[in-house]
Amino acid sequence: MNVKKLLASGLAAAIFSAGVVSAEEVKIGIAAEPYPPFASLDSSGTWVGWEIDVINAVCAAAELDCVITPVAWDGIIPSLTGQQIDAIMASMSITEERLKTIDFSDPYYNTPAVIVADKSMDIEATPESLAGKVVGIQASTIHQAYAQEYFKDSELRVYQTQDEANQDLFAGRIDATQADSIAMADFVNSDAGACCEIKGAVADDPVILGRGVGAGVRKGQDDLLEALNKGIAAILADGTHEKITSNYFSASIY
Amino acid sequence: MAQSAELLSLSPPGWGGNLLRGLSHSLQIAFGAYALGLVIGLFGAYGKLYGGKVTRDLLAIYTTVIRAVPELVLILILYYVGSDIINKISAAMGGGRVEVSGVGAGIWVLGIVQGAYATEVLRGAIQAVPPGQIEAAKSFGMPAFMTMRRVTIPAMMSFAVPGLANLWLIATKDTALLAVVGFNELTLETRQAASSTRAYFTFFLAAGFLYLMVTLFSGGIFARIEKWARRGQPSLKGGSR
Amino acid sequence: MIDFKSLMQPHRIVMMLIFTGIVIWCAVSLQWDWIPKYGPLALQGIWTTIWLLVVTVVLGFLLAVPLGLAQAVGPWYLAAPAKAFCTIIRGTPLLLQLWLLYYGLGSLFPQFPWIRSSELWPYLRQAWPYAVLALTLSYAGYEGEVMRGAFKGVAKGQLEAAKSFGMPRLTMFRRIWLPQAIRNVLPTLGGETILQLKATPLVATITVVDIYAVSSRVRSDTFIIYEPLLLLAVFYILVAGVIALGFHWLEVKVLGTGRRNGSFG
Repeated sequence: MNVKKLLASGLAAAIFSAGVVSAEEVKIGIAAEPYPPFASLDSSGTWVGWEIDVINAVCAAAELDCVITPVAWDGIIPSLTGQQIDAIMASMSITEERLKTIDFSDPYYNTPAVIVADKSMDIEATPESLAGKVVGIQASTIHQAYAQEYFKDSELRVYQTQDEANQDLFAGRIDATQADSIAMADFVNSDAGACCEIKGAVADDPVILGRGVGAGVRKGQDDLLEALNKGIAAILADGTHEKITSNYFSASIY
Repeated sequence: MAQSAELLSLSPPGWGGNLLRGLSHSLQIAFGAYALGLVIGLFGAYGKLYGGKVTRDLLAIYTTVIRAVPELVLILILYYVGSDIINKISAAMGGGRVEVSGVGAGIWVLGIVQGAYATEVLRGAIQAVPPGQIEAAKSFGMPAFMTMRRVTIPAMMSFAVPGLANLWLIATKDTALLAVVGFNELTLETRQAASSTRAYFTFFLAAGFLYLMVTLFSGGIFARIEKWARRGQPSLKGGSR
Repeated sequence: MIDFKSLMQPHRIVMMLIFTGIVIWCAVSLQWDWIPKYGPLALQGIWTTIWLLVVTVVLGFLLAVPLGLAQAVGPWYLAAPAKAFCTIIRGTPLLLQLWLLYYGLGSLFPQFPWIRSSELWPYLRQAWPYAVLALTLSYAGYEGEVMRGAFKGVAKGQLEAAKSFGMPRLTMFRRIWLPQAIRNVLPTLGGETILQLKATPLVATITVVDIYAVSSRVRSDTFIIYEPLLLLAVFYILVAGVIALGFHWLEVKVLGTGRRNGSFG
């Protein structure tokens, strides 16, 4: 019987582990799928990248006790509203549509959306040029919303992660993909991305593409929002943001 | 080949360590879900056989719904709804936010799914026990719980083991679905390693090998358990099915 | 099957009233205004799910017959690979098999530039052929194991009788062995087909737009979480019910008797 009791209590402990969380701990949700160079897992199992460094800097400046918590990108907003995480810092753009559900901090970076395709393909970043082509996009992103609005004559393929879209671009299954310019610059400079090049930025639509990337919080969490805004302002003012950026990129991305 | 070996080596820069960590998470979730499923299944089977009308109907709805809806959909529903409900209950009782650990959430989500299948397996096994054995125990005045522990469970084991072995294999494989909600079990670790190194083929094959080893190893263990459970019984072989 | 009288017991009436109450509550207080917009897409998704299910079950079963036969009576050089195939398919998660076929094979394409000019390329570019392949192999793997038992379960006397009449081997297989084996597996086929239905949403992870992918799309467009998932669950329950009833009808027709309880397996 002792073994059974032990098993039962172990089970209960596993399910209700940790109990009530201490008030100060802030769970920062990032996408569980790698998104280099912003956030990816290295072979020793730690998360690295520009955004990870920024999260740590913002939390330090705002004096928050942050824990980085990976959750599936596709369910990251439900995870926030379902209280599994307290804030999203996963390269999420501030858009009108998302603001209906959650609140955003001030932006901490802003980059244009670009079209990437095979070097041999004569493609421009316009709906006319992409008509009849297969365009890959990541689910639940501004790029999906944009492609659904503007590329009505293209065949759209929706991927769980940008990485899978890149993989299919490399395999030749899709003709082009729309994504963030920095992530794509990183991809076309890698071995796998050698096939392809950035064809240009898409025409801006601030309603869909938003106004930069911010930290998402639940509506009503004004204290946390204020703290994050303070932290972002602080690292922008004291040069930390610039210093982190220079470790990864040649130009400013704010 | 040498490149693959380097990618799979256990210490960084190889990703073998990550895969093994994923495997250990997968096994923890599978063990927990299986145990939880057995507990639910045992109560479910007793409820279905000896419970009142309402209990029986409710259990019928539970097993029918769970077995008709894809695990992927159930995982999403239970995952999102579950933590919502737990937090609301906690808030209603005046408590703070309850944190459900990744492994814990995986266990209870898969455990509820396993419970429905276990209910059916155990119900069938209990029904296969000759009623005379249970009646004999009752006529000696054995209390119900003791009858269950001393007579019904040991007698039904031999009928239940094949079904339960199958359930365990389903549990190990279903943990892969948790990759879709972002648990870092074996399949997600594999995907992370694959997309970081572009060696998709190597890593998916390696993960497949690990899953296969788990299956074959547990197959061997269950064969032993079955032999042990059937000790002293006439061979069941020879039936057409 | 459930008849009207058994539903009219007091506790069941109460439960049905409660259930109706829940449905009305759902209809009134949850958000359903997205349905008209996504209706056409959902119909396409339903169609994709259904044809994937039907095609892979039929192809998988056709493949399972030789797999079962090879394991039951084949020489070792046929039996061993068939057994290995079934073990591998049954021993690894379908999600992993699907990703290995789609992304694993895809990652090898650039090494062979001629693939892009081959006649197969238009198919290799699409996602659905990989979905069909993975689901077919999976069904064949599980059903091959079942068919092995079914072939072995056919009474020896029947085969010997046919042989003694001088029936050619192929006729014997077609007229006696296969029909008997199919009779043997019919009660499990319904359950296996429902399991196959439950495996179909995995294809959404390789960009096939089935009904599950449509519900994900609704979730990501509108941030409505529970409503699409609830409808999705209802859809799968209905299809599973139709499959269970269909196989029950088939059993009655073919075997003359069906199992009394129409439970899903």
